Amino acid sequence: MTRALSAEWAKVRTLPGTGWLLLGVVAVTVAVSAGASAATSCTSSAACHPDITQLSLTGTDLGQAVVAVVAVLAITGEYATGMIRTTLAAMPRRTVMLTAKAAVVTTMALAAGTLAVGGSLLAGRLILPGQGYTPAHGYPALSLADPTVLRAAAGTVLYLALIALLSLGVATAVRDAATAIGIVLGLLYLFPVLGLAVTSPGWHRHLQQIAPMTAGLEIQASTGLSHLPISPWAGLGVLAAWAAAALLAGGLLLRLRDA
Amino acid sequence: MTTATVTPRRPATESAGFGRLLFAEWTKFVTVRGWVIAMIVSALLTVGIGIWAGAGTHGQPCGEILPNGQTVGGACASPPLGPAGEMVTDSFYFVRQSLPGDGTVTARLTALDGSATPGIAGGTSALQSWAKAGIIIKASLRQGSAYAAMMVTGGHGVRMQYDYTHDTAGLPGGVSAAAPRWLRLVRSGDTLTGYDSADGTHWTLVGTARLPGLTTAVQAGIFVTSPDWVTNENASPTLASGVFDHVTVSGSGPGSQWTGQDFGLGAAYNPLSGGYRQTDGFFTVQGSGDIAPAVRNAAGGSSTADAGITGVFAGLIVALVVGTMFITAEYRRGLIRTTLAAAPRRSQVLAAKAIVIAAVTFAAGLAGSAAAVLLGERMLRGSGRVIFPVGGLTEARVIAGSAALLAIAAVFALALGVIMRHGAGPVTATIALLVVPFFFTGPMAVLQGTAADWLLRVTPAAAFAVQQVLPAYPQVSNTYTAQYGYYPLPPWAGLAVLCAWAAAALGLAGFLLCRRDA
Repeated sequence: MTRALSAEWAKVRTLPGTGWLLLGVVAVTVAVSAGASAATSCTSSAACHPDITQLSLTGTDLGQAVVAVVAVLAITGEYATGMIRTTLAAMPRRTVMLTAKAAVVTTMALAAGTLAVGGSLLAGRLILPGQGYTPAHGYPALSLADPTVLRAAAGTVLYLALIALLSLGVATAVRDAATAIGIVLGLLYLFPVLGLAVTSPGWHRHLQQIAPMTAGLEIQASTGLSHLPISPWAGLGVLAAWAAAALLAGGLLLRLRDA
Repeated sequence: MTTATVTPRRPATESAGFGRLLFAEWTKFVTVRGWVIAMIVSALLTVGIGIWAGAGTHGQPCGEILPNGQTVGGACASPPLGPAGEMVTDSFYFVRQSLPGDGTVTARLTALDGSATPGIAGGTSALQSWAKAGIIIKASLRQGSAYAAMMVTGGHGVRMQYDYTHDTAGLPGGVSAAAPRWLRLVRSGDTLTGYDSADGTHWTLVGTARLPGLTTAVQAGIFVTSPDWVTNENASPTLASGVFDHVTVSGSGPGSQWTGQDFGLGAAYNPLSGGYRQTDGFFTVQGSGDIAPAVRNAAGGSSTADAGITGVFAGLIVALVVGTMFITAEYRRGLIRTTLAAAPRRSQVLAAKAIVIAAVTFAAGLAGSAAAVLLGERMLRGSGRVIFPVGGLTEARVIAGSAALLAIAAVFALALGVIMRHGAGPVTATIALLVVPFFFTGPMAVLQGTAADWLLRVTPAAAFAVQQVLPAYPQVSNTYTAQYGYYPLPPWAGLAVLCAWAAAALGLAGFLLCRRDA
């Protein structure tokens, strides 16, 4: 397993694109978060965003797409170049290979996610007081010492890691980068859009409970916790179930098919 | 002696060559089973989600949703339709008498203020900028009947409005005892003329309205109304009160009495009730509601007939993937070298590819969105929900526009595929540019106001404007956001923004394709 890990790590590390993409995760997340924070202003109570923790982590919505690209390319790149045959010849135990890939991809997502979340919260802490989110208006400065903020921050990092695992599973199953990205981003972004058409409150709530993105991102909620469609950790659990199902499907297909 | 001239053999004409290129690209498309299946799946997803959206709205209660989440009212009374067939709100406090023929209504307004809203949790007593107090001549007491009115508004000065959608500005500024506003409406047959004045002697013409088919006897009087206070999450009713004096209706029969009436759909729709008090020629009138075209907002209760069009998002993602793969698969397999050897005019290859992918996605999109809209509409009507009426032309524009959106987006993805030559980048980029801006401004509503508007003006997501069915009215304050189906650009301008992105990408792709080794 150690050798499998070091092999996968070497393959990913020596690709010049990987570093840029991970940098992209951090840059996109922090930029969108900072932009969203700067675009709101808390001049009247109606205009104030109720949840500044969630607001300052907005970049996750887009940063996750780059995480998905990193994870998808980790396996489809091998299929595109034919490298997969070499890999499987060297490591005939396919489950071990997939597990090693999952570990490497998770590690990268955790590392980039930590930087992205840290940068986003820092940007929020610096920008938001200038937009009127001051303690006087009932908005204390964002701080990781606050257990709710800490839960949101750590949870968002885990969320990005689970997105990476979901993407790896889907990519292993379909073996093509464009298709895999389309399926993953479709799963993530389509459910909330559907919620617009379905205005019946009951259906809307169910949709939010089962969708990988809306359920998973409840981990960022810091206010109105009793009104959430699903509690933060349970929501992350829903995403974990999606990721597990995708990895299982990918792993099974990898074992059953010729490469 | 004659010189034999040898005419060099002309190469196949350019158009015939291009026709063969088109045929070649078409063959490549239809012989890849996965792409054909993907296009069918794209259409089926669009339809399936459309039907599902129609079904998912079953059992939606009518009436207002209060800030505490409680819904007032149960049964779905159909909201009134105005003279032009659009859905309207026709709710105000009316102090009226009958006007049997021609005549003039005059009144002086000395105050217009917001009132406290008893029983509305989280309500506001602030004066709404489109709160209205003034004089009105109305064809009948039927909901949605024709009218013309002169009014003072909370924040937009004197206005003349008629038949719900027409709005003309008069004297600017607010109203107070020191700066009263005189209002006058003159009826002559079916023509009503509005005047305003600051002193009651110097009158200024504001506008003229012709209300076709106005009956002989009409209702005339004074009114006050105050529209919902709309935020992104909810809409709560408000109350305003106006003070009138010098109220006269000339031309009415002798001995006519004033009658006060809370005109509207009843307490199920608006829990606030108005009233009036008459003392020494002063009328104090309190009212809640609006006389305006109906708009979509957080108050919910009504849906547009084309709710099924949401399914286009699913079809769009499939179209983006197939558009990308139509070229990146050639790079991946090395087929691009064969293609370019067979057709050395590279820009023509790109053009043929763009035409084939656009035609295929347009066809799939047209079939999918037409079925989605029509079936979704059937489901909605079956659910007993209130549905905004949508004209046939508008519906056709939404369907054809959505198909065009899919086709242009697929060409955009194809062009990015040529530029990047790998599959992951173009799919991510097009989804990030097309779906995510809509996502930020619509369902998640992370961005609001000008930031959201700009995002939907400059990104390719502007093209979703082609799906807008309800007009935004400047004289109705509302959250006009993508969440409720309102876009900052007109439909075809929005589609043009996407075209510009696709054209720019296609230009760069052509340039790179000709310059680079394959």
